[in-house]
Amino acid sequence: MARAVTTQHKTIATAAAWIVALLIFFPILYTIITSFKSEQEAIQGFNLFPSGTMESYSEVQAQNGYFKFFLNSVFLSVGSTVLALLVAIPAAWSMAFSPGKRTKDILMWMLSTKMMPAVAVLFPIYLIFRDTGLLDSRIGLMVMLMLINLPIVVWMLYTYFREIPGEILEAARMDGASLWNEIIYVLTPMAVPGIASTMLLNIILAWNEAFWTIRLTTTEAAPLTAFISSFSSPQGLFWAKLSAASTLAIAPILIMGWFSQKQLVRGLTFGAVK
Amino acid sequence: MATQQTRSLARFMMAPSVVLLLVWMIVPLAFTLWFSFQQYNPLNPMRDGFVGFSNYALFYSNPAFLQSILNTLTIVVSVLLITVIGGILLALLLDQPMWGQGIVRILVISPFFVMPPVAALVWKNMIMHPQYGVFADIARFFGGQPIDWFGQHPLLAIIIIVAWQWLPFATLILLTALQSLDGEQKEAAEMDGAGFISRFIYLTLPHMSRAITVVILIQTIFLLSVYAEILVTTNGGPGYASTNLPFLVYQKALLEFKIGQASAGGIIAVILANIVAFFAMRAVGKNLDK
Repeated sequence: MARAVTTQHKTIATAAAWIVALLIFFPILYTIITSFKSEQEAIQGFNLFPSGTMESYSEVQAQNGYFKFFLNSVFLSVGSTVLALLVAIPAAWSMAFSPGKRTKDILMWMLSTKMMPAVAVLFPIYLIFRDTGLLDSRIGLMVMLMLINLPIVVWMLYTYFREIPGEILEAARMDGASLWNEIIYVLTPMAVPGIASTMLLNIILAWNEAFWTIRLTTTEAAPLTAFISSFSSPQGLFWAKLSAASTLAIAPILIMGWFSQKQLVRGLTFGAVK
Repeated sequence: MATQQTRSLARFMMAPSVVLLLVWMIVPLAFTLWFSFQQYNPLNPMRDGFVGFSNYALFYSNPAFLQSILNTLTIVVSVLLITVIGGILLALLLDQPMWGQGIVRILVISPFFVMPPVAALVWKNMIMHPQYGVFADIARFFGGQPIDWFGQHPLLAIIIIVAWQWLPFATLILLTALQSLDGEQKEAAEMDGAGFISRFIYLTLPHMSRAITVVILIQTIFLLSVYAEILVTTNGGPGYASTNLPFLVYQKALLEFKIGQASAGGIIAVILANIVAFFAMRAVGKNLDK
């Protein structure tokens, strides 16, 4: 771009953007700051400089067994994503490379399942889970999260696979590669970046899912969403502790999110905006 | 290109996804539909039986119902207005040349990655708390009276929290669209003497129109089912002041055990979502043909 940018223009834009960005980020920043305060300090009015105590972090673990919830979150988000990929990769592959007359309709229909409001099926799911002993079980919830995100996984993989030129696959086939070899040696290397982005976005979505994870768990399978929600009962002011728990709960996903901004746009708009 | 063999193989590979989603969609929904015509209370099995449309009538005559629909729509429309207008402005700002653009982007996008219970509790306790919150500190600093957000303006408080979560999403997508605008076109318009306003109206806005549509549609899907934010802040209150349709259905089903009524409410939520989905599908479908 040959447009000349005056330093003055750039300075004003920089100042404005930083002010807005810091305002938007402030609640997160203040949570991190508060997590390094003692409970006393936390309610003593506005203060950006904590004493730096780590007390809240150790208390969250000692009193509430924080680590168990953290592990549940990891297990549920990674597990459900891997499960969804196993089911979705073959489907997306076949849709992208041998599309039939109804492929488009099937894709649209899959997307439409994502629009079904969760509350509409809350009670039946609750009953099914109760009667099969899946309430508060990690496996049950993992399958649930897999089903919720499956349409997005299929869609994302489909938009990535569609960009792989079909001619290369055909060439491999001409050279006598079996279907299995075609998948392993030709398709996979080209598809890995797309699969990785899909995985990343889905771990984020599953980690933050806050309806089923709260309603279908009590203690054993409860992930961080359920744990944090338990702080809503006003039994006292545990803000430093809440902040420490919150900071730990959002940190891994925040960092992953920063790395996946581009894929996020693409994945969440179903390829409509790139 | 595809032989008979690969075609049947393709169908075979698609089957698990299709069957899973089909079962997951139809079985629970059929249950809900069935329950919506039944009198069913797990605590009192004596009075079970078919009751026709009376659950719908009961749900409808419940004053909370109309209020919850109204609240649902208020949340959707207000958050959409805030995030789309705010997102356009922010995208325009972030598109300017500046120092530290990467970091600014990261800061702005961050709230989107915060899980809903954390977002809601942080706002409730540390920002909006009438005694210890930052807003209260600011109000006192200027000699004003702190506002009891969740007591006096519960719906507005929830709208602010939800808008904070979704503004980054709108900004990021609109910024991505903005950056794909051809620089030469912009320059040409500038050379022809088009000012900032007319450049925005005749060039930038039309270019972003599809991204704006996508933002509206996707956000609507999620905003129709706001749940955790209400659960951990107001719990739907005071009264039904901040109860939306999903929250009302949850209350009926798991707190009051009025399964019939809750199911009727669930079916109404499905109909509402379908109206939205109809438009969403058409917009996304167009993109597929491209």
